[in-house]
Amino acid sequence: MLPIEEVVSLSRLQFAATAMYHFLFVPLTLGLSWILFIMEAVYVMTGREIYRDMTKFWGKLFAINFAMGVTTGITLEFQFGTNWSYYSHYVGDIFGTPLAIEGMMAFFLESSFVGLMFFGWNRLSKPAHLGVTFLVALGSNLSALWILIANGWMNNPVGADFNFETMRMELVSLKDVFFNPVAQVKFVHTVAAGYVAASMFVLGVSSYYLLKARDTAFAIRSFAVASAFGLASTLSVIVLGDESGYTAGEVNKVKLATIEAEWDTVPAPAPFTVIGLPNDKEERTDYAIKIPYLMGLIATRSTDTPVTGIKDLKQENKIRIMKGMDAYAALMRLKSGDKSPEARANFERLKKDLGYGLLLKKYAPNVVDATPEQINKASHDSIPKVAPMFLGFRLMVGLGILFLFIFSTSFYMLIRRRLSRQRWLLKLALYSIPLPWVAIETGWIVAEYGRQPWTISGVLPTHLSASTLQVNDLYFSLAGFMGFYTLLLVLELFLMFKYARLGPSALHTGKYHFETAAINTHSTDTTVRA
Amino acid sequence: MFDYETLKLIWWAFVGVLIVGFALMDGFDFGVGMLLPFVAKTDMERRIVINSIGPTWEGNQTWFIAAGGALFAAWPLAYAAAFSGFYVTLMLLLFSLFFRPVGFDYRSKVQDPRWRSAWDWALFVGGFVPPLIFGVAFGNLLLGVPFHYDASMRLEYVGGILGLLNPFGLLAGILSVAMLLMHGAAFLRSKTEGVVRDRAKPILLAAAITTVCSFVIAGIWVAFGIDGYRIISMPDANTSFMPIMKTVERASGAWLSNYSSAPILWCLPAVGLLTAIFSPVFAYKNRDVVAFLCSGVAVAMVILTAGVSMFPFVMPSSLHPSSSLTAWDVVASHKSLGVMFWVVVIFLPLIMAYTAWIYRVLRGKIGEAHISANEHSAY
Repeated sequence: MLPIEEVVSLSRLQFAATAMYHFLFVPLTLGLSWILFIMEAVYVMTGREIYRDMTKFWGKLFAINFAMGVTTGITLEFQFGTNWSYYSHYVGDIFGTPLAIEGMMAFFLESSFVGLMFFGWNRLSKPAHLGVTFLVALGSNLSALWILIANGWMNNPVGADFNFETMRMELVSLKDVFFNPVAQVKFVHTVAAGYVAASMFVLGVSSYYLLKARDTAFAIRSFAVASAFGLASTLSVIVLGDESGYTAGEVNKVKLATIEAEWDTVPAPAPFTVIGLPNDKEERTDYAIKIPYLMGLIATRSTDTPVTGIKDLKQENKIRIMKGMDAYAALMRLKSGDKSPEARANFERLKKDLGYGLLLKKYAPNVVDATPEQINKASHDSIPKVAPMFLGFRLMVGLGILFLFIFSTSFYMLIRRRLSRQRWLLKLALYSIPLPWVAIETGWIVAEYGRQPWTISGVLPTHLSASTLQVNDLYFSLAGFMGFYTLLLVLELFLMFKYARLGPSALHTGKYHFETAAINTHSTDTTVRA
Repeated sequence: MFDYETLKLIWWAFVGVLIVGFALMDGFDFGVGMLLPFVAKTDMERRIVINSIGPTWEGNQTWFIAAGGALFAAWPLAYAAAFSGFYVTLMLLLFSLFFRPVGFDYRSKVQDPRWRSAWDWALFVGGFVPPLIFGVAFGNLLLGVPFHYDASMRLEYVGGILGLLNPFGLLAGILSVAMLLMHGAAFLRSKTEGVVRDRAKPILLAAAITTVCSFVIAGIWVAFGIDGYRIISMPDANTSFMPIMKTVERASGAWLSNYSSAPILWCLPAVGLLTAIFSPVFAYKNRDVVAFLCSGVAVAMVILTAGVSMFPFVMPSSLHPSSSLTAWDVVASHKSLGVMFWVVVIFLPLIMAYTAWIYRVLRGKIGEAHISANEHSAY
């Protein structure tokens, strides 16, 4: 018995919601850990205490965020089993491996040393403590590597083969899974996006102190680290984002066509639609503004390879669905006990389309007896809705360009020593703090909504992957997650604002604004230098 | 390198190591969480308790995450079946685990006593509920879980969370809570000084007595009260096959068959009982470290006793015994088990080494002096 539609929808909603909550906290961990390492490295090399204070203060904010990252991360490790049990059975052999390696190699490193990073200041030599900070940063980034290898495999399932004896996909080559081009590009793009978010966070909060003209020496140095790190990161996000587009063109034509609202295959090189309003019903983009040739160049890196349009992709998928019916029939023959060499060879020949056959399960449980109308429905399902892909992608890219502007201007003004006069820039940086999160969440929606209707691209449809649960179970868990996560998020933001406003005075060294203000009646900031 | 059957056996042992590792390392954190509101009354005392595990509990919890990941990779069928079969229970477990990461870090960041007291109770829930759920779930594994497979290997379940709350399951829950309470109390004895250490002593005794009693009752119950499961026939263990291809029957006393075929295994429950008895004895002689080692051995032996009695079963099906998951058919492919074998062989010793180093760096007792000296940086 397949799970009913409502259970599948609620499971998807729950996964999307819990993953997006988790990814509110991951980017800051990924990026801020390196920023802490950079600050502490300067402290170890120069011995200047202000850099130790910077490491400790930003470390406090890191800790507030890290706690939520751990809280929301636990869920994700187990949710494949709870809500996607058929998925776990079908691909656990490959998908579980990177997750397990992540736990043993990376997450253990990060969470074992993070306590020592906070509490080991007086128990370790300076270089040893710096080493601990490095291991935390390394651990969190390696974590992201293995998670994205798992996720990359969902989008481009290489190095695996279907075994009809066990009715699941099995690992053929870990090397192929590791060096999956989609995973590699996605990893670098994702961590670099995390570095951008963390840089914007430090840049914006430092700008707040500069605007208030307090703890300026502390703020200007933090601002410097953030603007340099942020500029480098933004450049790599944009360059590697372009590389993402290139990989998508090779392995996931559907994603590319929907991102670009490319309804028809046009002669190469295809034009790039800057903006417009995709209309799924009429299969066209209203009010489109196009630049000739540009898309063909980005997607194929050539002037003569065409980019396949959505209408043609639906036709291609329809053919694969029909081949998939044959593959399913061949599988059933094997399952019924006929394991003759001929039956095996027949299945081997057809099995690459088995996943497309499974798309029919939603309409025709026996697959092989699907009517033409049901095949049409399934091929229609094989393309996600275009508008969220097209518009989401443009929002993400637009924000990326804004970040490039903010970081390059900040960096320029800083090195020209003209920062203090640019109050507009400081304000812009402060109010831009949430924007990298908007870009990151949008990017995830484009990447994973764009994978629909599959959990494993071309292999396993989403509607088959879910556990056979009761609707009430789902309402209970969804309410629990949303209730707890929202409550904890409110508390987290309360503490984040409290400590960000307090600034380095939170360290109780007696050197910073609120403490010196309390001592000196005329509240001069003794550390002003910039 | 190893044949498939050997790897399947090794992986049964590895899963055991990871579960025992989790119970030993995060077990005392759970115990300390449960004890927090009771051994510590003032804010200073509570900070002593919290900071006794503050810098290290996060790494300990990772045993849980690592065990979950390893289960996914090496025993995908168990990962899929256990977590979806115990859905509501697992959700309650996850919700209760939310409190610790935020609780430890956020509690000390606001002075207001209401804020701190609320987090203390949150940490109590985070310490008490998970061991209870683990225990109840483990007890129900011994009873068998109502699930079966269809031809495409899709799982179907009957019954919900209320079915888990049977007398035997609850007894296993009490055992689990009591032994981790004992372990946590023994930890606080060896890591803290002053009034907290004194208050932990009678609790350690009470928890040890409860552990011993519930363990003995559970043993008698397993021997005479509940049915075990037994494989009648199955394909060659060196091949890859689906769970439904074997035949399994329920049989009374079957959970003791491993003990009768290898009597040396009786050492496991025997050592478990002895160490649980000696843990409070040593505590009363102020031999705190030995008391802690004893409680650790007791925890490990209780878990191994249950695991060995079920072997090779992992998750028996009460509904359709032949759908039961065993160490022979719950596994990933030969190739994946091989890859994961090397992952464990390389990383587990490394993890143990740096964990030991971290504990060495952070050695020493936590008392008022430590908290006062780190007023603004300690939890």
